[in-house]
Amino acid sequence: MKTVSLTIDGKKIETRHGEKILWAALENGIYIPNLCGLRDEAESVASCRLCFVEVVGKEQAVTACTEMVTEGMVVNTRGAEALRMARSGFELLLSSLPMDCAHCVKSGSCELQKIAHHLNIKLKSKRFRKLLRELPIDDSSSLFTYDPNKCVLCGRCVWVCRERLGVGVLGFANRGFQRVVTTFAGEPFGESKCQECGDCVSVCPTGALTFKNGKTEEE
Amino acid sequence: MNKKVSTTEEQVKIRQETKQIFKRFGKKRGNLMPILQKVQGKLGYLPQEAMLEIADFLEIPGIDVYSVITFYNQFRLNPPGRHSIRVCLGTACHMKGGYITLDAWKRRLDIDRGETTPDREFDLDSVACVGCCVMAPVTVVDGKPQGKVEPTKVDGLLLAFEHEQEKKSKNENG
Repeated sequence: MKTVSLTIDGKKIETRHGEKILWAALENGIYIPNLCGLRDEAESVASCRLCFVEVVGKEQAVTACTEMVTEGMVVNTRGAEALRMARSGFELLLSSLPMDCAHCVKSGSCELQKIAHHLNIKLKSKRFRKLLRELPIDDSSSLFTYDPNKCVLCGRCVWVCRERLGVGVLGFANRGFQRVVTTFAGEPFGESKCQECGDCVSVCPTGALTFKNGKTEEE
Repeated sequence: MNKKVSTTEEQVKIRQETKQIFKRFGKKRGNLMPILQKVQGKLGYLPQEAMLEIADFLEIPGIDVYSVITFYNQFRLNPPGRHSIRVCLGTACHMKGGYITLDAWKRRLDIDRGETTPDREFDLDSVACVGCCVMAPVTVVDGKPQGKVEPTKVDGLLLAFEHEQEKKSKNENG
């Protein structure tokens, strides 16, 4: 198999030809904030706008999940411009989330906490005015609880539900601020075609989908 | 948001009429938009039964049909009422309290934006601008723009409909 060598944050890395920067970095222990990306996806949706990195020779920061590695590429994940963009994106995301970590089962394993730590941002960031969605919690499934207020609309659950399992119960509805991950006609999970495999819960980066037994992974 | 308003009889009819529209289309996913437009053209809205039929026909998950319908403003989830109420929330109407007017309609009709009263007398929705900002706040009632619609005028407009209704039933009886 053809390999490509590149440098990320001064570290020399060998990876597969055609790989994206994000996965090459993560595989080699270099963390880049990301929410919407899934390793198995053929093409990243690149909607979370958090994985910005700087590539030498490119004028603007690029999203690591869409940028393919090239021979001799030099990547800087901690460039000022990339971090500025990632921080703004993250703070905008936080501005519509409740951030009630003290009462959230996901606390400790939440991707948002990890990203906030990495970007050196307070989870109670005051930069943007808080605007909450105040949507009802769906408690109807016997396996998990869905709290759309904690959803970051990354689409991971939607993707696994249809691609990995071929079910397609989950999807997006509405537009703009009203956009939600939901079922057909917004029916509760308990009444939907959901087969309760729990894969959507396993890929959820936040506390939006959580198992009822309080665990974050399925047993 | 998407209350079921149709009866069983209606559901059968909806399914039949939706299926008739398929005759003109192939099973391509790209046909979703034109199919939705044709079905709404025929039924006046897109009921859940129609969505499921379309999903079956195109062999896509029902949620994908629902997703597209809720994304575009042109699609209705509820049947049109006999009278249409369109509250303007354009810039001028917004400044003049269009939201207060909308709240008044919501309260009086006991429905939310995009919904229809259970008796299918009224349907309520908002519009961006109808081009007569001088009259703000504007509500378009059955296609006719009404100016300076404050909550008291909402009551007045509804009263006029009630009178009309009474007159009609009197004429029918007498």
